Amino acid sequence: MANVISDETIEYVGILAKLELSEEEKEAAKKDMGRMLDYIDKLSELDTTGVEPMSHVFPVQNVFREDVVTNGDESEQTLANAPGEKDNMFVVPKTFD
Amino acid sequence: MDILSLTAVELAKAIREGKTTSVEATQAVLDKIAASEDTYHCYVTVEREKALQQAAEVQKKIEAGELTGPLAGVPFAIKDNMCTEGTLTTCSSKILENFIPTFSAEAVLNLEKAGVVILGKTNMDEFAMGSTTETSYYGVTKNPRNPEHVPGGSSGGSAAAVAAQECFAALGSDTGGSIRQPASYCGVVGMKPTYGTVSRYGLIAYGSSLDQIGPLTKDVTDCATVLEAITSHDPKDSTSMKREDTDFTSALVADVKGMKIGIPRDYFGEGLDPEVRDAVLAAAEVLKAQGAEVEEFDLSLVDYAIPTYYTIAAAEASSNLERFDGVKYGYRAQDAEDLHTMYKRSRSQGFGPEVKRRIMLGSFVLSSGYYDAYYLKALRVKALIKKAFDEAFAKYDVILGPVAPTTAPKLGSSLADPIKMYLGDIYTISINLAGLPGISVPCGTDSKGLPIGMQLIGDCFKEKTLIRAAYTYEQRR
Repeated sequence: MANVISDETIEYVGILAKLELSEEEKEAAKKDMGRMLDYIDKLSELDTTGVEPMSHVFPVQNVFREDVVTNGDESEQTLANAPGEKDNMFVVPKTFD
Repeated sequence: MDILSLTAVELAKAIREGKTTSVEATQAVLDKIAASEDTYHCYVTVEREKALQQAAEVQKKIEAGELTGPLAGVPFAIKDNMCTEGTLTTCSSKILENFIPTFSAEAVLNLEKAGVVILGKTNMDEFAMGSTTETSYYGVTKNPRNPEHVPGGSSGGSAAAVAAQECFAALGSDTGGSIRQPASYCGVVGMKPTYGTVSRYGLIAYGSSLDQIGPLTKDVTDCATVLEAITSHDPKDSTSMKREDTDFTSALVADVKGMKIGIPRDYFGEGLDPEVRDAVLAAAEVLKAQGAEVEEFDLSLVDYAIPTYYTIAAAEASSNLERFDGVKYGYRAQDAEDLHTMYKRSRSQGFGPEVKRRIMLGSFVLSSGYYDAYYLKALRVKALIKKAFDEAFAKYDVILGPVAPTTAPKLGSSLADPIKMYLGDIYTISINLAGLPGISVPCGTDSKGLPIGMQLIGDCFKEKTLIRAAYTYEQRR
């Protein structure tokens, strides 16, 4: 395996991904990611000098519309999906001391 | 009349002519679901009462002459990654185990305007990440042609429901082959339209630059009819295209005289099952006999499509799936004392292994120091792949090849080796990268009796050419 993923990298990617991995999952993720990156490294065989990155296949630029409210008050239905709700607001665990 | 064996268009006609009713058809298909779901498990959610009530309302409107369209009264299934107001929408993930959308996807609304009845939500790979429908949190779906085999994925539940007569037609979504490959494995027709043709509003995003909704149907006529019904320009989807030529059913003409069909040699190399190869080449001969000009050519870059796709799709997925944080909807871990831990635990407990694998990979390729080497590199290769197709379509009207290298694998044989599983997407994936339309049409079975699919690929906005070729093949085979 050409790409060796360190413990630090997995730790860092876990923070970016907001995932809490068990030790077992971390080991598996290191191997998985190493293999996938080895595979993706195939792209370096291609010379892409001067090729613009293509994020969208059609030349669509910014699409604007007026910011007009078209739906009614759905707060009750929306909050019905919330894991925690109080006084028409979302409840979350404490965020600061 | 055996209602269940009718196509969607045939059923709607029978309803219009008073030979049956939408309620009778809905009841028949619900009975079929009750009888065979234990074996196939096509659905995550079946809405019996709602479907019957909707059928009764639709029937009244048909009788009053208010609904006259070619799909009015027909019971449909919807892949469980499209929001349906008031009906559980899980994406086959634990993290959305209790999510009841307050709105419906635009494609679903368009179907409802056409007077269809929604039976329920079909099983899929979790967040559409997979090729077998085995990564679903709600259990595997089995292939109705042989229940020891997978139905394909990620729209496996939709393809299986059509094949098992547990609906008359279904919607799926296709990010790297997720409509065409299960259609091929289950022996039904499936189409991924040109990117931007069907609104993605209300489709739970996986790889936004690649995702597209499309039909899974019993035949090409149904496919064109459903596509016509769901196509619309939607200001709520900034990538939605304004198209003029959306009368897709006008292309249901059995005539390919002079049509130039290219067969990419690179699609018939190592790894392709000889039985699949022979069936697909035999299908090309049928079109040739009808007057199409068929020749082989080199498409190039085929081996680079999968690494390009997994880089881009994982990057987009890692960003799109950030919204699942346990705050506003879905699963929340109960034991967290602070907000940050709650985010992490909810996501870690709520997502399955394949979803986590792609979020991790995506977060890595977008991270500082690797963004240029991986993500931007993939976007540059994507530009080269698009150029290769542009050059091919300067010479050909249609590209013809297999949908997948093999027929449906056995249950439980795919997930252990992800890269091997990803290689199964080799013929479908570059179409998403280039934004092109593609259709999967049944073209025979292998020696085990498993269906084989032929893929027809068109230039952007050339769905009508694909429909004409597919329809001609279906009529003349």
